[in-house]
Amino acid sequence: MAEARSVGLPPTQSRWAFRLIALVYLAFLLIIPVGLIFWRTFENGIGPVWDALTSPDSVHAFQVTLIVAGTAVVLNTAFGLIASLLIVRHEFRGKSIFNKLIDLPLAVSPVVVGLALILVYGRNTSIGTWLGAHGINVIFALPGMIIATCFVSLPLVVRELVPVLEEVGDEQEQAAATLGASPFQIFRRITLPAIRWGLAYGVVLTLARSLGEFGAVAVVSGRIVGQTQTATLLVEQSFENFDTGKAYSVAFALAAVAILALLLMTFLRPRSDR
Amino acid sequence: MGMNARNVTKRFGSFVALDDVTVEIPSGSLTALLGPSGGGKSTLLRVMAGLEPPDTGVVELDGTDATTLPPQRRNVGFVFQHYAAFKHMTVYRNVAFGLEIRKRPKDEIRRRVTELLELVHLEAFADRMPAQLSGGQRQRMALARALAVEPRLLLLDEPFGALDAQVRKELRNWLRRLHDQMHVTTVFVTHDQEEAMDVADRIVVMASGRVEQIGTPDELYDRPANAFVMSFLGPVTHLDGLLVRPHDLEVLDAPADGATAARVVRVARLGFEVRVDLDVAGARASAGPSTAEPDAYVQVTRDTATRLALEPGVTVHVRPTRGALTMPEPTETEEIATPVAS
Repeated sequence: MAEARSVGLPPTQSRWAFRLIALVYLAFLLIIPVGLIFWRTFENGIGPVWDALTSPDSVHAFQVTLIVAGTAVVLNTAFGLIASLLIVRHEFRGKSIFNKLIDLPLAVSPVVVGLALILVYGRNTSIGTWLGAHGINVIFALPGMIIATCFVSLPLVVRELVPVLEEVGDEQEQAAATLGASPFQIFRRITLPAIRWGLAYGVVLTLARSLGEFGAVAVVSGRIVGQTQTATLLVEQSFENFDTGKAYSVAFALAAVAILALLLMTFLRPRSDR
Repeated sequence: MGMNARNVTKRFGSFVALDDVTVEIPSGSLTALLGPSGGGKSTLLRVMAGLEPPDTGVVELDGTDATTLPPQRRNVGFVFQHYAAFKHMTVYRNVAFGLEIRKRPKDEIRRRVTELLELVHLEAFADRMPAQLSGGQRQRMALARALAVEPRLLLLDEPFGALDAQVRKELRNWLRRLHDQMHVTTVFVTHDQEEAMDVADRIVVMASGRVEQIGTPDELYDRPANAFVMSFLGPVTHLDGLLVRPHDLEVLDAPADGATAARVVRVARLGFEVRVDLDVAGARASAGPSTAEPDAYVQVTRDTATRLALEPGVTVHVRPTRGALTMPEPTETEEIATPVAS
């Protein structure tokens, strides 16, 4: 196969050249930076890391991140399931526009999303004023941060599920229908088990993206320490205040959670599905 | 139980899949929907199952209108060409599915599933996953699954289409025997006329979304309603503007009343039967050596071929045997399955 594809260079040489390019690229982009963070984090042993991670503002930042990312994952999982079933199993007017709209968050800068949310829900807008009068603050508060996080991680579950649903097809669902299963029973007993690994992967990606979101949340949250400060915002603030120990420790914790989730997926997934 | 489809029409965009189709499926029958692909057979089957709503027309089950009844409430078993096995369930759970949905007691489910797995010879495979079964085994599992809920009507969409020839033949016989045992009204879709003639006791011939003819295999073979049915149900050849079955032609070594001269182009010995390719137009045009394409063929026995010393270059005289079925050849525009007025 490799021989057939490489035209121009002798087979072995070109294969090594391609591998080298890919490895160097990955090394400078990913492996060295992440490795350095890990190294710098544990430069002075585990004690300072533990202290940095258990300081009150860190604990609070992790709590905020957990609430925001957790809510975003739940909402986008539900939305992703509904949207992908609509896209794959139903015909409706404006479907292609709907399909493209879901990809919009990939193209729009998170900062723009944050600013747009302020334009809609800000204190001086009619919606913002009305909501404020009813005791709901969106901007500089958790609701706005959740909305922003939902927006940036919107396509991830859908994009994982659409190809899986297309591959599974609808014959199993039809067979279940002729056997008497109600639409809900079909979803729970046939559709959901058939797409579970695609769904799990989408959820992990959404979680990773939500944990790491910075731009949109930075704009919307107002970065109020001890109130709307998420873990990523804490990393940046610590770094700017020359508290590099805390910055590295929290960054390490965020990266570790994301990598752990990916590893968990890989090991839980049955071999045939990988 | 019986099923009627009356004046059913179904369009997909501008494509007319079913065009005013009326079919009656008598209770206890084993009916084949036969026709070329794209002829509407599968769509009709899906309309019967409630998987596809008809645009117009009525579907009756047991004499009551079921047109808008969802598939869940029709109590119809459906078997798909590609099995539609529930991939994440064992063979046992696949077959038990319909009974579990109906919340039958556990020991009743166990008894019934065991019974059905024995019936389809899969009792040793109860704990396997569908991926560990062969195509024929998967299809038998799908059949057991459909039969588990004791359907009023069993519908099979090209059930043997994805299987290799040997397994297909086995399953055919097996379906026939199963039907004789259980007497469940059965409809299956096929594009293979041999399969339809072999298994079914009634055949509905469909083409271009319309019913061409309904009858027993013998009726359709001996008295086709039109040229399409005649050519779809068995081999036909052309002679003097007539469609005729190649085994209904008489080969003579001398001119005779109603016989047409033809030159033998090729003689193929296929065991008992000998297939003789003829050039009728060439024999008429010149007496020189024949290099032309064959335009007709006959099937004769080995004895006849030997007696007449048939070999390439010989001129023979051909005519339909007495009582042979002939039909005017359709014109070019009629070629595609348009019913000829009869």
